[in-house]
Amino acid sequence: MTAHTMTLLGDEAVAMAAIHAGISGSYAYPGTPATEIQEAIQKYAATYPDCGITNAWSINEKVAMEEAVGASMLGLRALVNMKHVGLNVAADPFMNAAVTGCAGGMVIAVADDPSMHSSQNEQDSRYFSDFAQIPCFEPHTQQQAYDMTRQAFALSERLEIPVMMRLTTRISHTRAKVEFAATEERKTLTIPTDFNRWTLLPSNARPQYEKLLGKQSELVKAAEASAFNELTLTPGARLGIVVAGLGFNSFMENYAEGGLECSFLRIGQYPLPESKVRELITASEEILVIEEGYPFIERMLPAYLAKAGKLVPVHGKLDGTLPRSGELNADNVRTALGLAPRKACAPASDDLVRTRPPALCRGCPHDDTYKALKAACEGKESERLVFSDIGCYTLGFYPPFEAIHSCLCMGASVSMAKAAGEQGLPYAIAVLGDSTFDHSGITPLAEGIARGTPFTTIILDNSTTGMTGGQETIVGEAALEKLVLGLGIDRAHLRVITPLPKNHEENTRVLREELEYRGPSVVIAKRKCVQIR
Amino acid sequence: MKYDIVFAGVGGQGIVSAAAMVVTQTGKLGLNSKQNEVHGMAQRGGAVVCFVRLSDGEIHSDIIPKGAGDYILATEPMEALRYVDYLSPEGVVITSNRPIKNIAYPDEAKILSALAERCKTVVVDANALVDELKNERMINVAMVGALCAALDLDNLKEGIIADVEKRFAKKGEKVIELNRRAFAFGEAAVG
Repeated sequence: MTAHTMTLLGDEAVAMAAIHAGISGSYAYPGTPATEIQEAIQKYAATYPDCGITNAWSINEKVAMEEAVGASMLGLRALVNMKHVGLNVAADPFMNAAVTGCAGGMVIAVADDPSMHSSQNEQDSRYFSDFAQIPCFEPHTQQQAYDMTRQAFALSERLEIPVMMRLTTRISHTRAKVEFAATEERKTLTIPTDFNRWTLLPSNARPQYEKLLGKQSELVKAAEASAFNELTLTPGARLGIVVAGLGFNSFMENYAEGGLECSFLRIGQYPLPESKVRELITASEEILVIEEGYPFIERMLPAYLAKAGKLVPVHGKLDGTLPRSGELNADNVRTALGLAPRKACAPASDDLVRTRPPALCRGCPHDDTYKALKAACEGKESERLVFSDIGCYTLGFYPPFEAIHSCLCMGASVSMAKAAGEQGLPYAIAVLGDSTFDHSGITPLAEGIARGTPFTTIILDNSTTGMTGGQETIVGEAALEKLVLGLGIDRAHLRVITPLPKNHEENTRVLREELEYRGPSVVIAKRKCVQIR
Repeated sequence: MKYDIVFAGVGGQGIVSAAAMVVTQTGKLGLNSKQNEVHGMAQRGGAVVCFVRLSDGEIHSDIIPKGAGDYILATEPMEALRYVDYLSPEGVVITSNRPIKNIAYPDEAKILSALAERCKTVVVDANALVDELKNERMINVAMVGALCAALDLDNLKEGIIADVEKRFAKKGEKVIELNRRAFAFGEAAVG
């Protein structure tokens, strides 16, 4: 391997491309499968401290997105990265940044998680790019993850529009060789003068929105000319395949065996290249759409068919040719292509194979907190609910704990418990981690305290973001207590416990007292994660 | 040539490191590779799988197709059985015989015989390895040793040993020696 080639995860390829594109800042909140993007930038910045790239974790994705807009407004290039559900949190600045447009190139890398390996849903971020009317790149190799990110910065700057890099788990977490291109200089900080575009009062937003609409035909033109959107016509073939992103690998795995007669259009850059789609339709009698995630392209095709005046049947996820949920793989795509399954050594395993769900680590502080909470709730089981949140402690759902009753999204534990307390549930309990509290728990707790609602929030302060590999908590340790006090909690009802087996009785007593209190209370269970000790 | 290898085990057993050890070296041998890893929630004591594809040609799918696998390399026997449908009819299972019982676990002898009934199976006696080394954490290295003996790739073994020596240089000769012994133990199991 040359000095310009490295074996990288897709996430790392995006990070290296952003570094080589001369970013001044990378803004992110950790979340699988996106975490390794920011970590790669942090590793680089630690090795080259003079690189001048801002790389600390942001408190949540909304803040990260806004920070990137702030950097872009100064003419600097910025990367934002997050997992798919993080984009929900950042949706407000995301949608509006499309309207202001950007000055310095701004790329938003979002990693989707089809099959929900480590997520609560499998939403498809391409819908968000379409919703905001911004371009989107979707790589199928780690090399493309690099190349597309480089192009995304150039396109973003040329058309003054944020650009999305849509990744999926297997792109993010597969390692392959990546060749680097020449690096670009960092931009210099430039104070803008065109404040109309950055100040979205209705009078400014209207012309800005027209500008965004005006860019759309340019985006189609760019997609049309893009080498990432490649049409391969096979004369006489009945079947035409539109194959996007990672789906291309599953398709090629089967196509490369030979014997499959079809034309195919590989999609890697959105919006769809209209004339190429039309060409494929014209050449085919039947269309199959292979795409990772939702039937995004498939749903758009009827309009293209109508325009082409050729109503051929379309197959994909909507008619069950491909499964609606879960990842694509060479096997389910093989079935969709009508090929006989490969002969395996043996059928899938039998009743000897048991599911082996993830579990809390041995010695985990959450283990002790859940034991104390269970003991404190003894005899109250019919009058209590434990609303939990996103983190390692969600594993408290499984036996032997069976300690929690809900997990919706970041911070929802506090809001849901507050609502339950307000609605008359005698023991409404929120359980969330320190990092999740910082991310989205502060605002609902401020509300609950201001309203005097009877509910108990338990902050599991293990001084880290455990599930994603131990990233720093931004407001933790002593500052966390000050923060909670600052929200207005009664000092007598902010309790700090140390979750250890030897403190079980005492911790149970403290929790019991706070559960009985008919106002807002907070218990901080403070002990470091065993993984970062 | 191509080798499709399913690395399987339980979170904490070093599956990802084992796969990385192999792929780093095959890259130096000039082979193309794709290594799909597990991150996040599944790492916490759950079932972990890592797909490794090596080829002198182009590699397409990131996940090994069912029926295409050449090897399953498992640090835990139930985890080997979990993926047998990924093996080709000529595929080989190389597995540790040491169960990790963090779940309701069936009779482990039944698992090993179910494997043997289905596929060509090589068992690495990890129970004996742990007794010998007094160390639970070397099973992944032994499995890599077994794989090196099975694969027909010149200089793979030498590269991995050199890599281990470099990686653990700071931890001292004792740790390196443990790794060497574990590697040789696995190698001997394949013969």
